[in-house]
Amino acid sequence: MTPEPLLLATPSGDVLKLRPEGPWIAANVTRLETLSRSVGAEVDRARAITLDMSGISALDTLGAWILEKLSRQAASSGRPAEIVGVADHFGGLLEEVRQVNRHTPPPAATSSPVLLKLNDLGKATIGAREDITIFLQMLGALFMAVAGVLRRPRSLRLTSLVYQLNRIGLQAIPIVVLITFLIGAIIAQQGFFHFRRFGAESYTVDMVGILVLRELGVLIVAIMVAGRSGSAYTAELGSMKMREEIDALSTMGLDPVDVLILPRVAALVIALPILAFIGSMAALYGGGLVAQFYGDMGPAIYIARLHEAISVTHFEVGILKAPFMALVIGIVACSEGLRVKGSAESLGRQTTTSVVKSIFLVIVLDGLFAIFFASIGM
Amino acid sequence: MAESQAEFAIRVTDLVVGFGRQTVLDHLSLDVRRGEILGLVGASGGGKSVLMRTIIGLIPHGSGTIEVMGQPIGGPNGRSRAATWGILFQQGALFSSLTVRQNVQFPLRENLVLSQELMDEIAIAKLEMVGLRAQDGDKYPSELSGGMTKRVALARALALDPPILFLDEPTSGLDPIAAGDFDALIRTLQKTLGLTVFMVTHDLASLTTVCDRVAALADGRIVAIGPMRDLLQSEHPWVRAYFHGKRSQMLQPQMR
Repeated sequence: MTPEPLLLATPSGDVLKLRPEGPWIAANVTRLETLSRSVGAEVDRARAITLDMSGISALDTLGAWILEKLSRQAASSGRPAEIVGVADHFGGLLEEVRQVNRHTPPPAATSSPVLLKLNDLGKATIGAREDITIFLQMLGALFMAVAGVLRRPRSLRLTSLVYQLNRIGLQAIPIVVLITFLIGAIIAQQGFFHFRRFGAESYTVDMVGILVLRELGVLIVAIMVAGRSGSAYTAELGSMKMREEIDALSTMGLDPVDVLILPRVAALVIALPILAFIGSMAALYGGGLVAQFYGDMGPAIYIARLHEAISVTHFEVGILKAPFMALVIGIVACSEGLRVKGSAESLGRQTTTSVVKSIFLVIVLDGLFAIFFASIGM
Repeated sequence: MAESQAEFAIRVTDLVVGFGRQTVLDHLSLDVRRGEILGLVGASGGGKSVLMRTIIGLIPHGSGTIEVMGQPIGGPNGRSRAATWGILFQQGALFSSLTVRQNVQFPLRENLVLSQELMDEIAIAKLEMVGLRAQDGDKYPSELSGGMTKRVALARALALDPPILFLDEPTSGLDPIAAGDFDALIRTLQKTLGLTVFMVTHDLASLTTVCDRVAALADGRIVAIGPMRDLLQSEHPWVRAYFHGKRSQMLQPQMR
């Protein structure tokens, strides 16, 4: 239907006459590139060049640029191309294209890969120091906010606190129960399977009880909360930062820490121990079911063994860790949220960082607590 | 028919668009001539953006027909129209994860087969045509000022050299100097590239300086259309209120 673009090259003596024909437009770009490459060698060989534009039926920036490139190729070796037969309505475009791409941008400075790695390492070190500073600043700001609330209890944002408690506490219960139930059941099954060889099946209950109450219950729940609620906090605060809502709050004389961050972190500190308790119970229940159906141990025996194996100390060790983990998750999530910059990409990156960092810190904290409780003999 | 195709870039006939029970565009008809800059004015929330988004196919329409370069819009063959029009969204809508250069190259890369070298050259050529420098190509959209964002968005809209350019409030958020420069740029590009420009705007200065014709949208219809002079004489109450209100009066001396 539409004619193909052509580029006729007729050498006459020392002069190479180039005559482009047809539509030189973006839709034909693949063909145009081939055409211009095919005459490249002839252009280099010719003494003088004439570019006859009279055969062109349609021209756009792309086509004009390809022709301009040919004429520059000729001009670069001191044989300026003569352009003839330009239709009036293409004149402006050709003139415009002649102005562009005159200044090649300086190539980006490249440095050795070793230097780049060292540079990254240095930046990471400074970044880590900055992270610690921001964490401590946020902790300090929270303490100030708590002190303010203790002085004037009415300044506590109760509505916000209750709303957050519902969102991250109540609404998280089903998923927390499901996951911890499954984890408890799996540990019990593994215990029965392996301890059976030594005839030590009854010790499975000790293992499940101690492991769940001391470590796993709270750890699993904290990791889930970091993924579920920590990421939500970061994304919320980040998008509020992007839309200048946080700046609006500050200009109204309100402290974003009081209004946004304290209710969120407080809700986490209250909700996480409760969730950890519920999660531990669900895990013990899962272990009990496995004991009955897989380990041939009735509920009465299971409960009796649990009673012997665990003491309130184990429970205390587990649940005491929960508020501290909640604090860490809350601080990391909120401070990462406030570090979001203008773009959607930065919001995504900060949310990822928030989850990764809070899970890492929760596990580190758990290790520190293990050392601490071991040394005080709990 | 062939004659009308040659004369009109966009023909909207008897268009009805509504959301739920609310009718936004009510039997609206509008012709945009080839090679002109048409400004569209209307009340906020009065359907200007709806009209533009319907023409470019983002909003499905009820009854009526839309023809762009002689081709009906909203028909069953919903092929890519990237080569027919370029669109400058109000906030630029640059892809924030790509550099300026990659943003401009995006339509080229997705629609055509060409070498990376040529793509780089074209991108820089477009950037220089909208008044930016080649070095700006390596920046990310978040590092750009408002005026530069609009210019990059314009370069991207023009990447495939479309015959029609839609502009949604191109000068909003720009200071008067930058807005004036942008108007001049649109005028220059329109002349060099032979574009048809459909511009939604509230900027009275742009309407006066760059638009060949102005269409006023009120009550879901085009109530007045013509050169700015004619619109200033219009008797329609809304058009009078728009051009002879307090804010417009302040500009009147310059407008005559």
